[in-house]
Amino acid sequence: MGNVAEVIVFLISGAIVLGGGLGVILNRNPVHAALSLIASFFGVAVLFISQEAHFLAFVQVVVYGGAIVVLFLFVIMLLGVDRAEQVRVEQLSMQRPLAIVTGVMLFGLAMGGLFLSGPGGEEGAVAATGQQSAMVPIDETEPNVRQLGLDLFTRNVLAFEATAILLTIATVGAVVLVRNEGAEDLVVDEPGTSIG
Amino acid sequence: MTNFLSDGVSAGDIVLAGIKAVIAFVICLVATMLMVWFERKVVSRLQNRIGPNVTGPFGLLQTLADGIKLFFKEDIIPSRSDRFVFQLAPYLSLVPAFLTFAIIPIAGDFSPGNDGTVTLPGGQVTGFQVADVPAGILFFLAMSSLGIYGIMLAGWSSGSKYPLLGSVRATAQAISYEAALGLSLASVILVSGTLSTSGIVQAQAEGGFFGMNMIVTGFVPFFVFIVAGTAELNRPPFDLVEAEQELVGGFHTEYSSIRFAMFFLAEFMNTVTMGAIIVTLFMGGPSAWFGLYFLGWFGGFVWFFAKLLLFLFMFVWFRATLPRLRYDQLMDLGWKLLIPISLGWLLVLGGIRVAQNGDIGLFESNTADVIFVLAVSLAIMAIGATLLQKAITNSAQERLASRGLRSVPTQQDLAASTTEQDGGH
Repeated sequence: MGNVAEVIVFLISGAIVLGGGLGVILNRNPVHAALSLIASFFGVAVLFISQEAHFLAFVQVVVYGGAIVVLFLFVIMLLGVDRAEQVRVEQLSMQRPLAIVTGVMLFGLAMGGLFLSGPGGEEGAVAATGQQSAMVPIDETEPNVRQLGLDLFTRNVLAFEATAILLTIATVGAVVLVRNEGAEDLVVDEPGTSIG
Repeated sequence: MTNFLSDGVSAGDIVLAGIKAVIAFVICLVATMLMVWFERKVVSRLQNRIGPNVTGPFGLLQTLADGIKLFFKEDIIPSRSDRFVFQLAPYLSLVPAFLTFAIIPIAGDFSPGNDGTVTLPGGQVTGFQVADVPAGILFFLAMSSLGIYGIMLAGWSSGSKYPLLGSVRATAQAISYEAALGLSLASVILVSGTLSTSGIVQAQAEGGFFGMNMIVTGFVPFFVFIVAGTAELNRPPFDLVEAEQELVGGFHTEYSSIRFAMFFLAEFMNTVTMGAIIVTLFMGGPSAWFGLYFLGWFGGFVWFFAKLLLFLFMFVWFRATLPRLRYDQLMDLGWKLLIPISLGWLLVLGGIRVAQNGDIGLFESNTADVIFVLAVSLAIMAIGATLLQKAITNSAQERLASRGLRSVPTQQDLAASTTEQDGGH
């Protein structure tokens, strides 16, 4: 019974993921494409839950579904590009053949990473990179949020800090770029008007 | 708890899940209906009016009557709208509002030795919530971030100016306040040590009245959460989304009939759910205060609704008494006050916790370590606030100078300008 339930969930959410993905590239209207993207993210989140990766599933919805696509939509709406795009004309020459080659290469890389990552299903299997294989079952005695936290803040703390610094730099960079020195009249936060 | 997908799913589990979902759905609908009545009634009393009193006893059936009226009205779809998205948006607003209710434990016996679950005649152990997910409270954040889409797409797809402005405001507001909401939530997770909603309630139940997270986290996250939660709900005083004087009706200007009713329903359902979330996170949910447990799981139900009523009244009170914020005030409050405070408070709580565990070890006793942490935090806060104030003042002066303006002309300037004029003659 358990396997049947898992297969049903996989089929439904798999169809949503693929349908959403196709919708993103086939829809002429950017807003509809963004909506398909949300559907796709949501399907992936359900797949994560069926693999018992609850934390990852919710973070997927909060970050990708909730924040990133909202920003996409914001940009689409505010820039007024929310109309059907003319896709028959190639904007850059050679763009399509190059895109196909890159796509095939990325797909091969992902598949290679998955299948070369050790025999799979065995305890202690290692991938080609020397790290723990992605196919090794996780330790089921502890909640996976705790495992994730311990791994992130002990073994991978350097990478974590580096990511944090990268994001800070990106934020500061964005602020510097949008501070247009010429347009002083647009600044509204004069002292006295704030309640903070 | 049984793992639904991997192993041991019996027909009983599926039936139970279905029954729980239906019960939660009905409770949610009835609570929303009563909430609409409650709000109208309380606001009326606060404004020296009577409010709905004709339909049914105490006007209780007014909401039902209004719902039926809306149902039979003509459904208008503007010709310039994006039909598909226009029809989809109300559902995107309503469904997350319903789903959030699934993780809230609404009853159960949390007295010492009990964990709020009951054993059913079939031998199944279950809690009084639709789903007790391990990372439950994140589900609330996920749903509240999905709820934005309904409003955003409604405004955009209407093909009209005012709804678009309203929805852009709504999205900016929701994104700004979600950060403060999440950060004050992190304080709760830190002190409770779990992400599951039933676990958070249980952690509070162990401490009795003074084990409430409102007190344990030191009140600040509680107040930040209430303010950010009210903003997240787009309720007064943060209802810039549908500011009548500026935006006609805001994002739902073009909506009519049952689609409008769905937005209306979603708004009030979100209010009820937000109240329930606050009760769960900060007030101990269905656990009793002062050890006043009675009647097993049903007592938990009574406690939960008594606490919930407190917050629902508070939301209505806000609406009746507080004037609406201006847009820049709204953004300032979110980004310059709530986010720094909740982030700083989270760090202080973390420091205190490390000190309590004796991991600092600067002094003999852990209490001295805690005081040390507090002193250092206060010092850093004072320095930071001073620097920030200085930076703001400096940048304002520079801005004025670069525009060629001086706040007050000096005596020298005046003297110079008079001599120039004299020379001209």
